[in-house]
Amino acid sequence: MRLIRLWPDDSRFDFMRFRRFSFPFSAIISVATVVLLLTVGLNFGIDFKGGTLMELQAKSGQADVGKVREAANGFGFGDVEVQEFGTAGGISLRFAIQEGGEAAQSAVVQKARDTFGGEYEFQRVETVGPRVSGELVQSGTIGIILAVVAVLFYLWFRFERELAVGAIIGTLHDIVLTLGFFVITRHEFNMTSIAAILTIVGYSLNETVVVFDRTRELMRRYKTMPSVELLNLSINNTMSRTVMTAVTTALSLLALVLFGGRAIEGFAQVMLYGVVICTYSAICISSPMLIYIGLRGSEAAKSVGGKVAPAE
Amino acid sequence: MLRFSKSKIIFTVGIIVIGLLLAVPSMMSREQREAFQRALPGWVPSWIVPSRAIVLGLDLQGGSHVLLEVDVPDLMRTQTTQLRDDIRRILRETRVTPQGGIQLTPRGAQIRVPDVADRDKVLPKLRELSQPLGSAVLGQGGGRDLDVSVTPDGLIALNYSEAGVNEKVRRAVDQAIEVIRRRIDVTGTTEPSIQRQGADRILVQVPGLQDPQRLKELLGRTAKLEFRLLAQTGAADVDMLPMKEEGGNRVPVERRVIVDGSDLVDAQPAFDSRTNEPIVNFRFNVRGAQRFGQATTEAIGRPLAIVLDNEVISAPTIQSAITGGAGQISGRFTVQQVNDLSVLLRAGALPAKLTIVEERTVGPGLGQDSIEAGKKATYVATIFVVIFMFATYGLFGLFANIALVVHVGLIFGLMSILEATLTLPGIAGIVLTIGTAVDSNVLIYERIREEFKSGRSMVSAIQAGFDRAFATIVDSNSTMAIAAVILFFLGSGPVRGFAVVFILGILTTVLTAVTLTRMMIALWYHWVRPKTLPF
Repeated sequence: MRLIRLWPDDSRFDFMRFRRFSFPFSAIISVATVVLLLTVGLNFGIDFKGGTLMELQAKSGQADVGKVREAANGFGFGDVEVQEFGTAGGISLRFAIQEGGEAAQSAVVQKARDTFGGEYEFQRVETVGPRVSGELVQSGTIGIILAVVAVLFYLWFRFERELAVGAIIGTLHDIVLTLGFFVITRHEFNMTSIAAILTIVGYSLNETVVVFDRTRELMRRYKTMPSVELLNLSINNTMSRTVMTAVTTALSLLALVLFGGRAIEGFAQVMLYGVVICTYSAICISSPMLIYIGLRGSEAAKSVGGKVAPAE
Repeated sequence: MLRFSKSKIIFTVGIIVIGLLLAVPSMMSREQREAFQRALPGWVPSWIVPSRAIVLGLDLQGGSHVLLEVDVPDLMRTQTTQLRDDIRRILRETRVTPQGGIQLTPRGAQIRVPDVADRDKVLPKLRELSQPLGSAVLGQGGGRDLDVSVTPDGLIALNYSEAGVNEKVRRAVDQAIEVIRRRIDVTGTTEPSIQRQGADRILVQVPGLQDPQRLKELLGRTAKLEFRLLAQTGAADVDMLPMKEEGGNRVPVERRVIVDGSDLVDAQPAFDSRTNEPIVNFRFNVRGAQRFGQATTEAIGRPLAIVLDNEVISAPTIQSAITGGAGQISGRFTVQQVNDLSVLLRAGALPAKLTIVEERTVGPGLGQDSIEAGKKATYVATIFVVIFMFATYGLFGLFANIALVVHVGLIFGLMSILEATLTLPGIAGIVLTIGTAVDSNVLIYERIREEFKSGRSMVSAIQAGFDRAFATIVDSNSTMAIAAVILFFLGSGPVRGFAVVFILGILTTVLTAVTLTRMMIALWYHWVRPKTLPF
């Protein structure tokens, strides 16, 4: 039987060359994402914004979106987002948070049940009051910051400072680009999204660490090899593994996107995107970053200077 | 070298077999599990056979998750009202009349006693109202719940201290949990979970509930029942309360409570024999019956206000003294309302108003759909990865695939013994680990391949592959673990379910992808004695 090889053995590909495209590309995308985050912003779900989300299923199998929208807007609970989903008469309604504190929120559910209870099945009802949503925003933010700090400490203990800096830049890059994905696709940003981002942080590091473990090993073996060559060799050596793991992870996520159902689809799409981004950043951002940070202190910087100058 | 002692093999296989056996009960339904336990011969102790199963999260089995918060201002209102009654009693006993009566503040009460002699009479008694905090047995804490302060011009302020308020809130939560449990038990739902969360919150999780709206009604009512007299014109100490029957018009009601709900021993729904109107029949305990009897004897001809949660439900005129300790509440109720009210009265009143701050309800149909979708995604992901690994690594891919299946089985086994909750994001976590678990195998295999190509012998290449890849495996799994652990402490409910699966997945992958795979390769090598790698 002939076995598949996704990546040729003993490749000698010059990955470092990519940095001339990848650096400006990632810089532009990152800046654009930050601008978008500040102007357009994330599409926060009720976890963070508060409010009420309902998913109804028409008992007859036929949902009348127009009628539901009209009725819901007539409740006097502010603007309602009414959307159709699925194929067989699913409707989702999203009410903004109501004035009047915690108790005011239940009135929305009561009213909707009274109005739509006859023709529709209430499959999901979620109400998050102002206090809880505030706390969730807090814990979500703390979580991401804590993850970055914890990762910093881990890298600091486990790797040389230069490698750690490279890895953390790569991780931050991946977080920013994932947020960009949320902004552009208008995916709802909720607690599950935080889980996705933290998983992407883990995966991003995983990718970078595998390459850097090899870089460190090669640094000890080839004490005089210039940084660019060394980094290229590290990536080439680990490339078949990088491709394999990206593919197996992507395959399982693809299964989730295709069959996981509506509730998990969004999470899976973000993760799938994350796998691509993390693989890209490990090769095209974190590793080439080390050329500028300097792999072996001043001695490495010198050899880099000599190499890079003529090419530019 | 590439050698596994017999005892090591038995140990590894043993652990894996036990782990997989633990997962078996989770694959059966509850009925099957119980039938299986019963079918055991008598001499087999039942604990030998694993019976613990994974708990399905509310998002998978359907149900309601309701987070309630004690309304602290409301609780303090009740507390300060009680404090006022205590102060009034002391003033009566000491025959001291304060200037301007008793003023209530948000955190306590104050009185003005300019006369020094009077103040000296009252103060020691007032100080007795303050209770020491914390466990008296251990004599620690030292603080008191009530701060009593006096200004030189005679203003005595009694204020609950920060610690005092916290103590009241803590006790209110404890009481509320008991009351909620009694209320929910009546609805006949199985296995509700009611637990304290944080300082002032209660998390109620009720699986498989058909009517979440009824649950919310049962939880949202304080159910504080009071019997008071309607005030006569010109009376002091009067509350203006809305009247249910007259469209919310406010009527004056005496502040003095004759009897309250805590003296009830029973409440049952019934129908009035004359009007056929739904009513609640109740009985008082001895103390309640005595007080009620005395009060009704004194107040024949006056209307009695039946007050529920600060609303006058009805105010029938007292025709004769009611000394039997039984009575009925009418108030144009529906049958459902009467049923609920008797449940609430039997379960007792909540110590304070509870506010719903978060609610998440999933219908049983949607939960079942999610389980089906999750299963399908798991199978498909497994098939994708298994085919791909086999196509890439051949026989070694097969070893990795065996390890992969064991890995998933072990996650289920560990979750069963820990009685961890499987949520929808948890299923996503399992699917994701199917993709990442083979990463360790890939790292090892690629390294073996590299070492073999660089001219090592088979044995030496395999050995070096495992040894050198191990450091990287530890590194890459640690980074994933960091993210997962943070998520575990941060998230709640479904998201935490994801973190649990991920952490367990990282643990089992080391056993399966490293130890188990290595063992399979070692056995294969000794059996076949190959000259070259099969990939």
